Formats: sequence, C-alpha cells, structure tokens
Amino acid sequence: MRIAIASGKGGTGKTTVAVNMAAVAARHREDVTYIDCDVEEPNGHIFFKPTVEKIETVMVPVPRVDDSKCTYCGECGYICQYKAIVSILNKVLTFPELCHGCGGCTLVCQDGAITEIPRAVGKVEIGSVHFSDETGLMNGKHLGMVQGVLDVKEAMPGPVIRRVKAYIPDSGLRIIDAPPGTSCPVVESVRGSDYVLLVTEPTPFGLHDLTIAVETVREMGLPMGVVINRADIGDDRVTRYCKSERITVLAEIPDDRRVAEVYSRGGIIVDAISWFAECMQGLLQRLSEEVAV
Amino acid sequence: MHAGTAAEVIRGGRRVREIVVISGKGGTGKTSIVAAIAALAGEVVTADCDVDAADLHLLLDPKVLRKETFSGGKRASIDPVLCTGCGKCEELCRFGAVFRTSNPGGGQSGVSSDGPRTGVEVSGHAEYSIDGIACEGCGVCAYFCPAGAIAFEEVENGVWYISQTRYGPMVHAHLNAGEENSGKLVTVVRNHAKRIADERGIDTVLIDGSPGIGCPVIASITGADLVLAVTEPTMSGVHDLERVVRLTQHFGIEAMVAVNKADINSDITASIEEFVRREGLTLAGRIRYDGAVTEAQIRGRSIVEVSDGPTTRDVKRIWNQMRFYIEQEER
Repeated sequence: MRIAIASGKGGTGKTTVAVNMAAVAARHREDVTYIDCDVEEPNGHIFFKPTVEKIETVMVPVPRVDDSKCTYCGECGYICQYKAIVSILNKVLTFPELCHGCGGCTLVCQDGAITEIPRAVGKVEIGSVHFSDETGLMNGKHLGMVQGVLDVKEAMPGPVIRRVKAYIPDSGLRIIDAPPGTSCPVVESVRGSDYVLLVTEPTPFGLHDLTIAVETVREMGLPMGVVINRADIGDDRVTRYCKSERITVLAEIPDDRRVAEVYSRGGIIVDAISWFAECMQGLLQRLSEEVAV
Repeated sequence: MHAGTAAEVIRGGRRVREIVVISGKGGTGKTSIVAAIAALAGEVVTADCDVDAADLHLLLDPKVLRKETFSGGKRASIDPVLCTGCGKCEELCRFGAVFRTSNPGGGQSGVSSDGPRTGVEVSGHAEYSIDGIACEGCGVCAYFCPAGAIAFEEVENGVWYISQTRYGPMVHAHLNAGEENSGKLVTVVRNHAKRIADERGIDTVLIDGSPGIGCPVIASITGADLVLAVTEPTMSGVHDLERVVRLTQHFGIEAMVAVNKADINSDITASIEEFVRREGLTLAGRIRYDGAVTEAQIRGRSIVEVSDGPTTRDVKRIWNQMRFYIEQEER
C-alpha cells in the first residue's frame, strides 16, 4: 500500500500525520517506509532522527561549450526553452541554474561543441529509524526512511523528487510526505500512489486549498480521502464540502495543546499521547479498507 | 541601501519598495500577517505570489477589474495519425513523459499479424503519446521527430487578476492544478504590482510569498527590498527558517524575523531569537497565539480589523519595527 499525504495548504499537519502513522504502523509490521518528498523543507527527519546509511548526490546534466569547436550557429539557444543557453554574436553563454537537463542543446549541436557535465542540486538520504522508548514497546522496531533535500538557492525540486522516488520499495506500507501546494512538485510526489490522503483544517484557508488539491488529485485519477486536523478550531464548511463532493473523511483529529507541545519539540506524538496513537491506528485501518475496495 | 537608478531620478527620487513575507514552513501565518499589515499600512499594493494555493483574497475580498490568462510555456503533443511509431521521442525524452499507447504488432514486426485489413486502418506499429503532467516542455521530441508528428505549442496554465480591495490595489493569480512554471507567474504578478504602485504613486508593494525555498519563492524575493520571515517555535519552524535565511543571504536580501504563536514554546522562541541575533538579522517581534485570528479569518477579516487585543498590538509593533527599519535604510 503506497499512500501519499498531501494538503494544498501548508502547516495543516501533513508531516504530523505521515510520521505518526508510520510510527504506529512500525509497532506491528516490519515493512514500513517513510518517504519525505517535501525536498524544499523536509521535516520528517526532525522527528525520526534516522541513521543515514547511504547518500546520493542528485545531479542535473548541464551543458559545457567548447569555444574552439563552436561556430555560433545559435541552434542551442533556439531549442532551449529555459533560456539556459544563449548564443549572442560570437559568444555562447550558459546559465546552469536555469537548465532542466533535457539534453536538447547537446543533441542539436552540429559541431560537437557541447558536452554535458553533472551539476549537484541536492541529495537523497536513505536510512532507517530504530525506535526505543521508556515503555519498551517499541524496542527493536524499525522503519525505512528516504528523504530528499534540495540545496538552498536551487529552484527546481523535480530532479530531487524523482531520485527520491527511485528508492521507494516495491512492497510494504509506503508513506509519502508530499510538499504543500498543488503545482508540479506535488504531482511528481503523489504520482504512482495507490491513495492520496489530504490533510486539512476547518478554516476558510484550509477549505479553499483543499478544493484545489481535490481538483489536482481528481485530474490525476487517484482515489482520495480527507483528514481534518484541529477539527474543532473553525467552522463546519470543510465537512459540508466533503459531503457534497462525496469525499470520505477518514479521521477528525481534535485540537489539543499537548499535541502542539510534543510536535514543537520534535517528538513522536503516538509515543506520548495515547488517544493520538488510537486515532492514527484507526486512520490506518480505514485506509487499508479504502485501498482494498 | 539603494543608490537611485536613472528612472528613480527622473521620478524625483521616489521608488517603490517591495516587502515580501515568506516562511519556509507552511501554515506559520504569512497570509494572516500580510492582511493585517495591509490594514495597518494605509494604501499599499498587495501581491499574492503564493500562486498555487492563494488565500489572501479570502481576507481582502478583491473586486476583480481585469483578468488575463497566463501561459508559462509550451507542451508537446503527438498526432496519432502522423506518428510512425519509430520511438525516437521515447528514446530522447529524459522526463519519462513519452509512453506507448498501443503495440498491435506485438513487437515482432512492422506488420499486423491479425489477418487481412478491414475498413479500419490497423496500424502495424506502436503509437506514442505524451503524459502532459510529466512533460517538462523542453521540445526535444518535437524537434527530432522525423515524421513531424509532434506539435509543440503554448498552453494556458493559469490566470492573473488586477483587483481593488479596501486597502488598495491587489494583484493575484491562480495556477492551474499540477502546473509548472509557478515562478514565471509570480514574476508576472510582481511586475504588475510594481507597475501599478508606480503609476498611482503608492510607495509599497506587499507580497505574500509561498512556502518552501524553490522556484516560486526565489521569484518572489529576488531584488526585493525587505523579507519578513515568519516562523513558529517548533523544531520544524526552526529548521525551515534556517533554510529561508540562507536563501535570503544568498540573494543578498535584507531579512527580518517574526515569531508567530511565540508562547507555544518559549524556550524555542528564545533560541530562534538567539539565532536571529547571531546571523546579524533584525527581530521584528513576537506574536502571541490567539484563536481570534481564526475567528477573524472565518469572518473574512484580518485580526487588526476585528480585535484590539494583544495579538493586534503584537502585529502593530512588528509593522512599526519594519517601517522604522525601512525608513532608516532609505535615509
């Protein structure tokens, strides 16, 4: 079962749900993997403090121009859609930070003047989380973890997300923490999942961003359900919306200052607050029923 | 801080300043703070640059005056009639956006083995199609297609608006679901906001940024006069603040930091303030956690319009700090 956790609006509790659902699942099964695709601001590691076993540097191939071979025909600048290579009179300029690595310039160059060199834009960390707590309940339990980290100043998370996804196992419970929003990085993260869980809150911002997230997921043709976090802080418009759109609400998580406190110091909430653990257990149960259907 | 450009000299030294509110982590209160500042600032031009999940309009209730479509780039599409199934596009595409739609020949030969052809043309070759979501719009497939079967055309992927609110003009946008190039749309929104400010003699553009540190955030802050980074006292907030601060430092943009919901964990708030001092940044202040902010949001108002409570006073203090800072820099 491969579940993506997304939200539209940021700060609704995606990471909280993803991390705690993974932690609860790891109590009962061996094959749980938490995958952090929010590569601009990955936060799952703050809670899991994983042991990193492997690091892959994510590279984008960018052009290097050999001036001695270049005839300044301008074809490279013509094919490039990203203004990453420009031919002006007797000069070819490259802007590697704009390059998507499509390889077009290298292919069109008749003079063999362009070669590609790798440029680092981020990394993927692969590791595992070994639990131990005071109760002894979690001792010896573990889960797999993959996270992507985009280098600060890089604009494009796509290549990092694609490399993160290459490490997702083929089986087991795989929980993907997606970035906020609804644009390309979200779609890239969610693609290939069996089910999308949208975490929202019952406020006008939460509702508005939920509606556009629903539109995105529908366009992708994936089944989805909603979790309403801090369910008692606002009004009932999210609930009414879900009803009218026939979207299942899989869980409603009440607002509790103790949850906020555990979260604030980077703690795993299911280890500290029992009602929250039951809530996550219930959510997992509902999810497996939904995906089985 | 800024030497006057030729254009500024012509306009008599008046220049439009751009203030951007960002956060790294989502949900720290950017939009609520932007709306509150808009209400406090007198006349400003607001620009909602969180184009993939824009929410500022829910508080500022803009009346749309002008609506334009946005095209952020081109997309490839294959004409199945012209496609010969050679597979060149699939071979060249680095984004996995070309996929096989049919393979009637079972991959053995170029001719269908299903007996004599009937009135329906049975193609004896594989046909290909483009996954519009995976397509990065590079155009390599179209350029190299030997059959000329791939069209490569501008696609509409969003809209932007110029509107009027109770606090001045507003420029905002909506990027279609799952689209790319949010950075380009951010730039469109920013440029129009600045132009309007310039034309109407309004001195400040107030920009609501998006979460994260990627393309739309970079497009929101480059060349801006001041960034207000809004964080919260959580380990995630600290981690994400550090990354946005590095980003502003990389682009050489002045940054102030405000800690929202500061009383949720006062130890972490103190360590954030320590970090701010260590980095040589300026503290804008703390904002207390207050359920009234959500109540105001439900009423479609900013907190300062509905309450005189401590949170309103906190935001006022932050805006005063920001104004003081800007005026000093501009002197």
